[in-house]
Amino acid sequence: MAERERSLRTEGVVLRHSDWGEADRLVILFTREQGKLRAVVKGARKLHSRKAGHMEPFTRVSLMLARGRDFWIVTQAETVDAYLPLREDLVRTASAAYVVELLDRFTYEEGQNLGLYQLLVESLHRLSSVDAPQTVLRFYDLRLLDLLGFRPELYECVRCRQPIQDEDQFFSPQQGGALCPRCGRLEPGLWPLSRRALKMLRFYQRSTYAQVRSAAFSAASHAEMEGVMQAYFTYLLERTLNTPGFLRTVRRGA
Amino acid sequence: MPLLPEPISDLIHAFQRLPGIGPKTAARLAFYLLRADSDIPEQLAQALLQLKSATSLCPQCFNITLSSRELCEICADPRRDADSLCVVEDPLDVLVLEQTGAFQGRYHVLHGVLSPVEGIGPDKLKIQPLVERVRGGGIREVIIATNPSMEGDATAGYLRQQLAPLGVRLTRLARGLPVGSDLEYADQNTLLRALAGRQEL
Ligand SMILES: [Zn+2]
Ligand SMILES: [Zn+2]
Repeated sequence: MAERERSLRTEGVVLRHSDWGEADRLVILFTREQGKLRAVVKGARKLHSRKAGHMEPFTRVSLMLARGRDFWIVTQAETVDAYLPLREDLVRTASAAYVVELLDRFTYEEGQNLGLYQLLVESLHRLSSVDAPQTVLRFYDLRLLDLLGFRPELYECVRCRQPIQDEDQFFSPQQGGALCPRCGRLEPGLWPLSRRALKMLRFYQRSTYAQVRSAAFSAASHAEMEGVMQAYFTYLLERTLNTPGFLRTVRRGA
Repeated sequence: MPLLPEPISDLIHAFQRLPGIGPKTAARLAFYLLRADSDIPEQLAQALLQLKSATSLCPQCFNITLSSRELCEICADPRRDADSLCVVEDPLDVLVLEQTGAFQGRYHVLHGVLSPVEGIGPDKLKIQPLVERVRGGGIREVIIATNPSMEGDATAGYLRQQLAPLGVRLTRLARGLPVGSDLEYADQNTLLRALAGRQEL
């Protein structure tokens, strides 16, 4: 679309960054207008850089980009929201890292996706509030799967297609959904899925954020849902994620 | 660049693996050394060989020191305050702080920062030895001098988690507006923290 344009005014979130050359930084952005893209911030590592502070990871920023030879070059940057509370609390920082890692791993530099952008910005905003980080993350998991086309099947058995009854089930990351106890016994490598955790998954799948925010689930159900989601993501991405382990480490110390 | 003799193309490839050096710079450096007086490449080769073999990490602060030493010069210096410890990301930070001459205590080098997104967790840094060093006693204040960045903040937060129960005073380098900067261009993060760290005039 804007592929050949020389400059681009956009808004985006800084997902990650790495050092580039002597004093520059390469940032991976998720933008509202063009989805994921890479851009260089010239002189970002110098003390007097006017842009560096606006280009920290997890910052929502309004940008002016110019097309360079290999990447976009950031010519102007101004913070829209730095999500400061998120930087003051280690569990919230680690949770934001989880949000960003999943989005980064699931997307290519392939153009606009407003739904994903919206979900990213809302999730960072929620993590900056007083809301429980795990509620924000589990809601994010299911919305992300919806937007990517991997919505888990929770109402009929993915093997025999019979309706799922109110009892303990299994979850199959490979088939992306619940298996009834009869089918589950026939297949190796499944995740046990208790009634309570299934109920929680369904609730999160069909509810709005306002609804999940005011619902209470036990720590055990949260832990179980988290395990199932991670197994599913690991299968879909064909790799383990960096951030869940980090999140567990900092939660222990909190 | 076709058909370069191997010794030259090998050197070009070696240079290219260094940070911030592209193919053009690598080629320029290689040809410079080729034409230079022989003492320049010889001195360079000597220095490179010594770099790894003659240096090691100080077992107490993990700063880089001569492998012939038991402790680094700072740790071994009895005039340095033993009760205040400055925690930095890299050996270069020690150098910069030492140049100011303002800090009289000792250091602890983490060799990196936590980076949740890149998967750099506490086990990849010299954090556990720091906790043990503080637990060993004799340290009154730990000054955390990680960079004012997301990763630096996360590292400081984790160190607070680990060290606060040990009953030492924990401080962090003040952060604010760099000298010569302009308020107009400051980001929220910097401004708010500069405001929080304001001082009596
Ligand atoms: Zn079935
Ligand atoms: Zn030392």
